[in-house]
Amino acid sequence: MSDTMTEAPLVRLTDCEKRYGTIIALTGVSLEVHAGEVTCVLGDNGAGKSTLIKVIAGMHHCDAGVYEVEGERVRFASPREALERGIATVYQDLAVVSLMPVWRNFFLGSEVRKGVGPLSRLDIRFMRETTRTELHNMGIDLRDVDQPIGTLSGGERQCVAIARAVYFGAKVLILDEPTAALGVKQAGVVLRYIMRAKERGLGVVFITHNPHHAYPVGDRFLILNRGRPLGDFARDEITRERLTALMAGGEELEQLSHELEGAAATDTALGRVAEEFEHEVAELSIRKTPPEPPA
Amino acid sequence: MSHAVQAAAPPSVPDERIARRSPLARLLARPETGSLAGAVVIYVFFYAVAPPFRGLDALATILYASSTIGIPAVAVALLMIGGEFDLSAGVAVTSASLVASMLSFQLTMNVWVGVALALLLALGVGALNGYLVMKTGIPSFLVTLATFLMLQGLNLAITKLITGTVASPDISDMDGFGSAQKIFAAEWDVGGLSLRISVLWWLLFTAIATWTLLRTRVGNWIFAVGGAQSSARAVGVPVRRVKIGLFMTVGFLAWFTGMNLLFSFNSIQSGEGVGNEFLYIIAAVIGGCLLTGGYGSAVGAATGAFIFGMTTQGIVYAGWNPDWFKFFLGAMLLGATLLNLWVRRRTEAAR
Repeated sequence: MSDTMTEAPLVRLTDCEKRYGTIIALTGVSLEVHAGEVTCVLGDNGAGKSTLIKVIAGMHHCDAGVYEVEGERVRFASPREALERGIATVYQDLAVVSLMPVWRNFFLGSEVRKGVGPLSRLDIRFMRETTRTELHNMGIDLRDVDQPIGTLSGGERQCVAIARAVYFGAKVLILDEPTAALGVKQAGVVLRYIMRAKERGLGVVFITHNPHHAYPVGDRFLILNRGRPLGDFARDEITRERLTALMAGGEELEQLSHELEGAAATDTALGRVAEEFEHEVAELSIRKTPPEPPA
Repeated sequence: MSHAVQAAAPPSVPDERIARRSPLARLLARPETGSLAGAVVIYVFFYAVAPPFRGLDALATILYASSTIGIPAVAVALLMIGGEFDLSAGVAVTSASLVASMLSFQLTMNVWVGVALALLLALGVGALNGYLVMKTGIPSFLVTLATFLMLQGLNLAITKLITGTVASPDISDMDGFGSAQKIFAAEWDVGGLSLRISVLWWLLFTAIATWTLLRTRVGNWIFAVGGAQSSARAVGVPVRRVKIGLFMTVGFLAWFTGMNLLFSFNSIQSGEGVGNEFLYIIAAVIGGCLLTGGYGSAVGAATGAFIFGMTTQGIVYAGWNPDWFKFFLGAMLLGATLLNLWVRRRTEAAR
């Protein structure tokens, strides 16, 4: 990975600021995405994660700051242009059509055809086989590429959307909360594909509010809070606990804990809540040893 | 989390879980299956109760009746798969034939001039419907309801204004009538059977629509814009162009049906066509199109039209009071809708 560090990063955002009218959605945010690395963007609701995605994906421009792709300053007019530069975004709704077969979804908008003129038709066999192979290479074991994509589980659909972006030449993959609506096992499946994409040499921007999902796969962590960077850490500079505490706004948590205790003096039901809360806050600060990083 | 990337096994190795989906299950999952089964049942039913229904000449009559509904129903089905409605299709048929006949007659020109201008008008109405729906985001139900009423008013008022009556003039002795009739409304005598060209056109349009839907990029896009418009747009499908094209296809086949009527009967009543738009939609729905879009087939719409033709004619052949017809039509629609609902639930919920 060291050789990629010397090259210009795939995506570099420097001191980005974005305003919606008088509201400052982002300010002073910098971000680098290198090939074969996963950059996690963490933050609670309203932290500016969505705005950041939209800037990188070419839907919005920075009002101030510099956006570079492979060392070259850019200003995208549309998400289409960003896509042409290899920056693919997988949104939460995944942009799939649930009644259509998996292979038709995989190639939707980029259909492969054979024949000329009025006889130009879909190369169905090629698309079916390619879908099967590509999904298999991403480690997705699909029953049947002819089944409507709506019959797949949430995690599988997410993986199809990722595999599609990878196949169509994405260099940078932006994943908008891919694990948010998933169960534990399914989230694990998606995290595994993020690792696969990374191993294939893609730069991944993984947006999430869950530090337990971010920590195992991330190489860099950018934490946002109310539109401002709260910290930018390499993996060896931070522990999972510190990440969780920062993410939740550790000091605010302790403050809340104290307030609950005060209120508990007059209300026994609240007392139990406060006790549990205190316990959790304590646990966050006690466990300092980082867990075994994934190989 | 294992680092080892599994080597790609040959994808042709069958998964043991695939076997469960039998050919029968695949057939049942097709949108038109329900209507095909329904068509067989209705055919057998009338075959049993109505002896005149059994002859080949009866079949030719049924096919002709089906084709006048089936041709526009093909386009309406494509539009419904694309997630939109067109309530103006029924009167647009009449508008097209009125324009063709009255323009040719008033200007004493070759009827082909009127036919061509009527085509432009029909495509224009389709484009306007599509443009308004896409530009304003108003549901197509409302937009085309408005064009339906406007066209209906124009049909009646302009015909009255020009001819002083409620019908267009007879154009059968005008230049070009013979050649136009050969194209739009030819009738052949095949071994004592009267075979109408519109039946062949109906089959051809159904075949083209089926090919387009299942084998071309445009077909893929039609399913996508009807199934999930924003997703389709996100992956680069030109949603607006696809939908406007679908509305124009309805315009084209409404025009074609109008020409068939005009050159079959030589003259057109200006109040005709009202209510037919529902027959097209019913044919499409009986054929498995979902009202919500994204699912359906052209073969299904053709089968729906055939069921319609069989029922209208079958009731006559059976010697029943035709007042019952609408009841049967309603019952079939309800049955088809329930079947579609069941199919979709299975498709969307099955794991």
